[in-house]
Amino acid sequence: MGNLQSVKNALEFLGYSATVSDCQDDIPHFDAYILPGVGAFGEAMENLRQRDLIDILSEGVLHEKKPFLGICLGMQLLAESSVEMCYSEGLNWIPGHVIKIEVEEGIRLPHVGWNAIEIVKPVPLFNRIDSYSSYYFDHSYQLICDNRYVIAKCQYGREIISAIQCDNIFATQFHPEKSQVKGLRLLRNFLNYVESS
Amino acid sequence: MLNKRLIACLVIKNGIVVQSINFKQYLPIGRPEIAVEFLNSWGVDEIVLLDIDATPNKRSPNLEMVSRISRYGFVPLAIGGGIKTISDIRALVQAGADKIAINQIAIANPTVITEAARVFGCQCIIVSIDMKRNQDGEYEVFTNSGRKPTGFSPWNWAKQVESLGAGEIFLNSIDRDGCQEGYDLEVIEKVANVVSVPVIVCGGVGHPQHFVEAARIENVSAVAAANFFHFSEHSIITTKAYLENTNINVRLDSYANYRDCLFDDNGRLAKKTDDYLENLRFEFYPKEVI
Repeated sequence: MGNLQSVKNALEFLGYSATVSDCQDDIPHFDAYILPGVGAFGEAMENLRQRDLIDILSEGVLHEKKPFLGICLGMQLLAESSVEMCYSEGLNWIPGHVIKIEVEEGIRLPHVGWNAIEIVKPVPLFNRIDSYSSYYFDHSYQLICDNRYVIAKCQYGREIISAIQCDNIFATQFHPEKSQVKGLRLLRNFLNYVESS
Repeated sequence: MLNKRLIACLVIKNGIVVQSINFKQYLPIGRPEIAVEFLNSWGVDEIVLLDIDATPNKRSPNLEMVSRISRYGFVPLAIGGGIKTISDIRALVQAGADKIAINQIAIANPTVITEAARVFGCQCIIVSIDMKRNQDGEYEVFTNSGRKPTGFSPWNWAKQVESLGAGEIFLNSIDRDGCQEGYDLEVIEKVANVVSVPVIVCGGVGHPQHFVEAARIENVSAVAAANFFHFSEHSIITTKAYLENTNINVRLDSYANYRDCLFDDNGRLAKKTDDYLENLRFEFYPKEVI
């Protein structure tokens, strides 16, 4: 997959240690999980499947309720399915589907650049972060899910779900590890949640 | 809606940042990690790092450098230079690159674009296009640091790489490189209008007004420069303040912003009025807590 190093750098900058792992034996011992992603949906799911990580992650996140943060593709993977390249099944942790962003007049794909997010629910993940702060997006597909999970959205032609939360599962479509101070602040909020849980 | 991005381009030769002039002359600047650290703290929107002597020296991308500098910036980092295979791209992404820029290999073996987009997603793949006017006065794409003509016109090649799966196009003018006369707007407009992926333009900025000219072209998503940002403090922030003054939407959320400042004819910050300076008090800026 992708930008693991960027996420690790950001966590280390904030004073935490992070381990990049694809090892079945290690994964149950961590306090929290971050699933970043630069890549294509099908390829990422295939990687998780080949390494037999899906059941272990589900056990940790869905049953033991360990904090989980999905970033970009890591958010889309939570859905039931995606149509990127070809139809593929996702982790199915959040009811929803991943579809291509609709192209309208003046809309270019991928959706890449800094866009202002509107915070819909002032959850702890957005502590000390104002609504309409800019975050870095880079994607061509978007997650569609029920409004009750949505905590932030942005406008690109039409509405794009930018962050979701379902209990201990957090996910952002933008890249907090690449959004300078405001992104690091969001990661700090997630880590504070990890410490308090 | 999306803000226009202001991108800093770092040209690397022998492991250090250089200023490049017409792809021929190079002036040394300094260590890349220092540049990345400063650009990041000044709120740059993205950094494109081009290792220009990797391909001529038949060298693979310098992974050690990429992983070293990626620790200094929490901003998207695109890496180009020396990329030949999918495994090069994988290694770069693992080392901390968010995107990769390919140039020569895209011309030599266009299937790499498609394969890379399949594996890493098209948002990860930038195709960099170096172009200049050839001897007949026509715009043409060149490789090998501007020495080898390819026979493609920039707009045809841009259209082709888009259909092959490129996620972004980085359009660099060899003639304008380092000349400080402004972007080659004619070709930029033509390329930006034929493709529907984001277009980043580079080459020729010597005055912040040059950014404005290119950013006003609706289909240009990002404006980039290399040499322009060197040798002046807060260069990114002052440029963004200038852009905002001219009604270009940019992200200006750094601690110091120069919103209320005026600019002189050279695009530099103007001295404030004597009245203002006389009444100036030291302000206490608390250290920012992340």
